[in-house]
Amino acid sequence: MRHRSLLILTTTVTVGALTLSACGSRDDKSGGGEGGDKTTVVIGLDAPLTGDLSALGQGIKNSSELAVKIANKDNEVDGVTFKIQALDDQGQAGTGQQNATKFVGDDEVIGAVGPLNSHVGQSMQKVFGNADMVQVSPANTAPELTQGPDWQKGKKKRLFDTYYRTCATDAVQGPYAAQYLFDKRKFKKAYIIDDKKTYGAGLAGTFTDEFKKLGGKVVGTDHINPDDRDFSAVATKVAKSKADFVYYGGEYPAGAPLSAQISKAGSKALVVGGDALYSEEYTKLGKKNVEGDLATSVGAPLESLDTAKTFMQNYKKAGYKLPYEAYGGYAYDSTRAVILAVKAVVDKNDGKLPDSMDDARKQVTEAMQDVTFDGVTGQVGFDGYGDTTNKQLSVYEVKSGKHEPVQTGTFKES
Amino acid sequence: MHGLPDQLANGLALGALYGLIAIGYTMVYGIVQLINFAHGEIFMIGGFGALTAYLWLPDGTGMALALPLMILLGVVCAVLVAVGAERFAYRPLRGGPRLSPLITAIGLSLALQQAIWAFYPNAKKARPFPQIGGGDIDLGFVTLSREDLFIFISAPVCMLALGLFVAKTRTGRAMQATSQDPDTAKLMGINTDRIIVMAFAIGAAFAAVAAIAQGFKTGEVNFRMGFIAGLKAFTAAVLGGIGNIYGAMVGGLVLGVAEALATAYIGNVPGLEQFGGGSWKDVWAFVLLILVLLLRPQGILGERLADRA
Repeated sequence: MRHRSLLILTTTVTVGALTLSACGSRDDKSGGGEGGDKTTVVIGLDAPLTGDLSALGQGIKNSSELAVKIANKDNEVDGVTFKIQALDDQGQAGTGQQNATKFVGDDEVIGAVGPLNSHVGQSMQKVFGNADMVQVSPANTAPELTQGPDWQKGKKKRLFDTYYRTCATDAVQGPYAAQYLFDKRKFKKAYIIDDKKTYGAGLAGTFTDEFKKLGGKVVGTDHINPDDRDFSAVATKVAKSKADFVYYGGEYPAGAPLSAQISKAGSKALVVGGDALYSEEYTKLGKKNVEGDLATSVGAPLESLDTAKTFMQNYKKAGYKLPYEAYGGYAYDSTRAVILAVKAVVDKNDGKLPDSMDDARKQVTEAMQDVTFDGVTGQVGFDGYGDTTNKQLSVYEVKSGKHEPVQTGTFKES
Repeated sequence: MHGLPDQLANGLALGALYGLIAIGYTMVYGIVQLINFAHGEIFMIGGFGALTAYLWLPDGTGMALALPLMILLGVVCAVLVAVGAERFAYRPLRGGPRLSPLITAIGLSLALQQAIWAFYPNAKKARPFPQIGGGDIDLGFVTLSREDLFIFISAPVCMLALGLFVAKTRTGRAMQATSQDPDTAKLMGINTDRIIVMAFAIGAAFAAVAAIAQGFKTGEVNFRMGFIAGLKAFTAAVLGGIGNIYGAMVGGLVLGVAEALATAYIGNVPGLEQFGGGSWKDVWAFVLLILVLLLRPQGILGERLADRA
């Protein structure tokens, strides 16, 4: 018996070793193309594909795939076929970092699109930075990702020249909402709630600063756990505070029940938030109780742009089961930015990508700085920090169960 | 103490919900000394069962008709899953090392969660739950939402029924006997297997009622709702004295009220401003749990028994 188990063990080890070495040799030759003259280049995509933010994440994934599909069909880059490899980060910083490492380790991946959450983006930046691999986020709105931790003190510093984003930051989104509420709605008393995440706390912070500067009053503040769904105690506090509105820095899964429970507590205060409340799910979950709530989102409403109309038609034609949601347009533009950066490199390089993937990644990262095109969300381009040059913002109001645009404009310092 | 009656009502509603779930932990523990960590998922399945009943009904069905059907289907789903779990996951391990059923429970909990995630239509994100509708009820000193009314009625009804069942009926007394000494109970002709199934089923039925209450309260059900609720209910069961059904309810109410009051008032205490609000309420609830267990290791209503954890 002993001998036999030894035999089995040896066989297993040998087979295992062979399999591993086979994997290794396959990796070595990849990136060089598969027969013929077509090279396949993979764009990594990271978003929460499962979990409670999956509605937004799936919208990002579908839109990104659509961008690739259309680029391949139009033969956007001669001799290069693009492919999306999507990984799920579940909204967790640790998982996002593992995914980034996986992309960097894969010799076919040229650049990455994603993630959705700012705290996940923060964890991925360094991995991509070390590998000189470009990352374009459609949805990270926390300012410190591009401008460094001291951006509020006026000491802006770009930390990673591999990081770009196509959406505007909370540095403009929060203040834009404050100006709208104070000047247009004449609201004076705010109750501030956030979920303590990088995105939510940051947004609530920039909103509060601007609202106070304008002369508004903060009658209460609170923080909630994003996993909770019972907010009755907080809702009662809001109702007793007689606030005109609640500014919520956080995302729709907690935001919708929070808003509904504030209404149920007998408060007339409406809930105002950022782009993470601008989701169909928000109105589906909150039903009548979220009527009148406001959300700001970056860019002009997609319905109002010609480039966006084509996108919406194509999205519909492709037959995706889930809607593109708040970040679909940005994901499409982010993916397209990567494709155009690859195109710039190929053009410069006599019609092909550099042989070594490391070189290719480096050159694509460099080319990204100058990429500019008419995107789904407006003119796409990047400033010296990697932020989008498109600073348009819109305010949406929930009317009969749908987010309707009420104002679009550009943020101006007050 | 601004708005104290309202905050107490919030706390009691939340606490009654915890208490109903905690009954399931406490009954199963009292009889087989198993911490059924899959109970949170039984609760979740009850919620999805109720939602299914609502979706089957034609649009515009009034709540008066829909609610009994929702409760019925929710309870049936939860009980079937709980009884199935007992039969196929726990019974084969009875008499084995005590850690094996515990690990099985954790595995089962993950499996049930993922099963709903994968197979229930559109359950990958939160599913909206129907609402009772209508405005708040102003009683002068306190304002109640109609959704909270459900738990304020169902929890006492459930507790009363359970109390009578355990004290008065033959099966109820057999249950007490099994919890005190399973071997002797068996010798006295009690079918202990049947009693254990009963304990799982009653716990599951109460959890399903709690899930409907939570659905009304938060306007949604999702595949992860059982995790936090289960953890809180388990805490409530320990706080009240695990093994004691009244203790579970008392523990739930204490926990719920503690959470509501901590959210509302800790921030007003000078020096504790930053420890108040919704994000610290769990910390205060667990501080309370530790204090109670330091002073009364057996829990508020628990009995001191040497051989129980």
